[in-house]
Amino acid sequence: MSEQRKGSTQTVPPSEASSAHREASAKEQAWAKNTLQPTLEKSPERQSEFTTISGHPIRRLYTKADLPDWDPDRDLGFPGEPPYTRGIHSTMHRSRLWTMRQFAGFGSAEDTNQRFRYLLAQGQTGLSTAFDLPTLMGYDSDHPLSEGEVGKCGVAISSLADMEVLFDKIPLANVTTSMTINSPAAIIWAMYLAVAEKQGADWKKISGTLQNDILKEYIAQKEYIYPPEPSMRLVIDTFEFGVKNTPKFNTISISGYHIREAGSTAIQELAFTLRDGLEYVEWGMRRGLDVDQFVPQLSFFFNAHNDFFEEIAKYRAARRIWHKAMVERYKSKNPRSWALRFHTQTAGCSLTAQQPYNNVVRTAIQALAAVLGGTQSLHTNSLDEAWALPTEFAATIALRTQQIIAHETGVTNTVDALGGSYFVETLTNEVERGTWEYIDRIDAMGGMVAAIERSYPQREIAEASYRYQVAVDKKEKIIVGVNDFVAEEKPLDILHIDETVAHRQAARLKKLRADRSQAEVDRRLNALRAGARGKDNLMPFLYDAVKSYATLGEICDALRDVFGTYEEVAIT
Amino acid sequence: MPEKKIRVLIAKPGLDGHDRGAKIIARALRDAGMEVVYTGLRQTPEMIASAAVQEDVDVIGLSILSGAHNTICPQLMKLLHEKGMNDVTVLVGGIIPEADIPALKQSGIAVIFLPGTSTQDIVDFIHKRVA
Repeated sequence: MSEQRKGSTQTVPPSEASSAHREASAKEQAWAKNTLQPTLEKSPERQSEFTTISGHPIRRLYTKADLPDWDPDRDLGFPGEPPYTRGIHSTMHRSRLWTMRQFAGFGSAEDTNQRFRYLLAQGQTGLSTAFDLPTLMGYDSDHPLSEGEVGKCGVAISSLADMEVLFDKIPLANVTTSMTINSPAAIIWAMYLAVAEKQGADWKKISGTLQNDILKEYIAQKEYIYPPEPSMRLVIDTFEFGVKNTPKFNTISISGYHIREAGSTAIQELAFTLRDGLEYVEWGMRRGLDVDQFVPQLSFFFNAHNDFFEEIAKYRAARRIWHKAMVERYKSKNPRSWALRFHTQTAGCSLTAQQPYNNVVRTAIQALAAVLGGTQSLHTNSLDEAWALPTEFAATIALRTQQIIAHETGVTNTVDALGGSYFVETLTNEVERGTWEYIDRIDAMGGMVAAIERSYPQREIAEASYRYQVAVDKKEKIIVGVNDFVAEEKPLDILHIDETVAHRQAARLKKLRADRSQAEVDRRLNALRAGARGKDNLMPFLYDAVKSYATLGEICDALRDVFGTYEEVAIT
Repeated sequence: MPEKKIRVLIAKPGLDGHDRGAKIIARALRDAGMEVVYTGLRQTPEMIASAAVQEDVDVIGLSILSGAHNTICPQLMKLLHEKGMNDVTVLVGGIIPEADIPALKQSGIAVIFLPGTSTQDIVDFIHKRVA
């Protein structure tokens, strides 16, 4: 792999660079002359150039000539062993299927609690919580800026009281829960831990995942509150707290999903995500944490887009790069730090509002790529994603899609079914090389926080996103039902969230504020402010504040008082 | 005398941060020869209306994916009316359930572009409407 890094400062697209040195065998040359050439003369190919959805060039045929330096023992290895190209477990999905983890959340805590219990009853194996925009931005449901947004994109959670309802009759000792929350992640996690404690679940045994990835918020999803420095401190506080108190909990899910949804290429998704990962490792080490203690609790989250082989190559390359970075860059000694574990979600941005039933097919193909790429858990999008949050009908088909892949297709019968394919191995090498180029470039800028402050990843993504849109507008890339194969159609039945959720939330908050001890809330919020001004780990302060039923908005405001807020430079 | 360029304000109202669409449209309209101002994220209707007056725009493009359109759009239209900006053309792009479209148009929104719209269709619409 070190060979592949040579010349990594060049910006030549990787496959062009490799094809320049390509030496076809005598037999391949004979085939090109005797079989290929006459065919091309008779009927030319459909396009002059074939590319992935990311614009990465793809050759007509891959042979051993494309893998001149490839050493299967070194570059492929065996599953469960470095460099983990073939997967992080020796038996992969033969012993344990991936966790089927459908992202859900809408309306009030009661609404989402019901959906959770429905999904568990349908055979889903883990929970994943979507929060509404006020919650993601650290505002209570009755804040003026929350108007019109309460319960729309996820569940509204304004205090521990809401969290208690959200997980009512769901035993947190047995169910793993993922929570998609970033800026206020530490606070929501404190609420979750308080519910677990109340249920009598042992913190040392509970498991789940906090998204908690603030860097990709600045890069892509843009739900940030505080500036990078104090935001990173909060993230590292959760790492430190997690090492001591919740050893089985993933304290972060370093996410490429949103980077891809914002319009990046596959290589950009991987590169920015892995470089974010390295940034977190470095900040953790600077805090004085031992790499091999906290890195095993870091997990990843990738997109599964339409381009089947490019996605599979991306997951395989991800594992190989992470292993190399851990061992070479950070001298990690613990194999649990080397193995990149990831969740996958199929690409929401690939789904169309037009002919929405076609989305079931897209999602199935994307999910298959994630499974063949060795994912640990998976969310499959619902067919109505381009219109609204899913109805129960649509969410059920999405879950069934995973169950069909798991139990009917046979792809789980063997490990890394595509390993050794000339094409997949070449593409894996090319994705890896392109990723290292970006990582090197961001290292040279002084790391990811510095790169974000100069809008580097933001600009790269905006460029890629615009290039793709132009290709779609010119019909160089076809989207079925959108720019070709268009048809008249009837509107879909979709989930509608009305404003009664907001009214109910406002009433509940009013009652909460009347029933709790305001003196105790004030005392704990003041303690939090004092802690934030100092250097202590803020998790215990947040936990105390949450337990007094201080609201999410009040806690975030206390931190806004000390940390200030962040405004990005808008680029177009 | 050169023809006056069409002035467009692209705005991202509400708490949502998904700005891929807003940025693409801003760039496509600029490439089509229009003068484009992008507000950046998390604009309240008041901020958008003020910016529209200040920049003296012909067109406002709102990008909304969060489901808050029924609250935001009527508020903005009322503010624009109060500020005497009755000639400005307001477009909405994003995830808007078809059932909500008649009420939005009633409130004064000129057109709603749903996912999958080509940038050329938006350029053509603006040219036809503003020219």
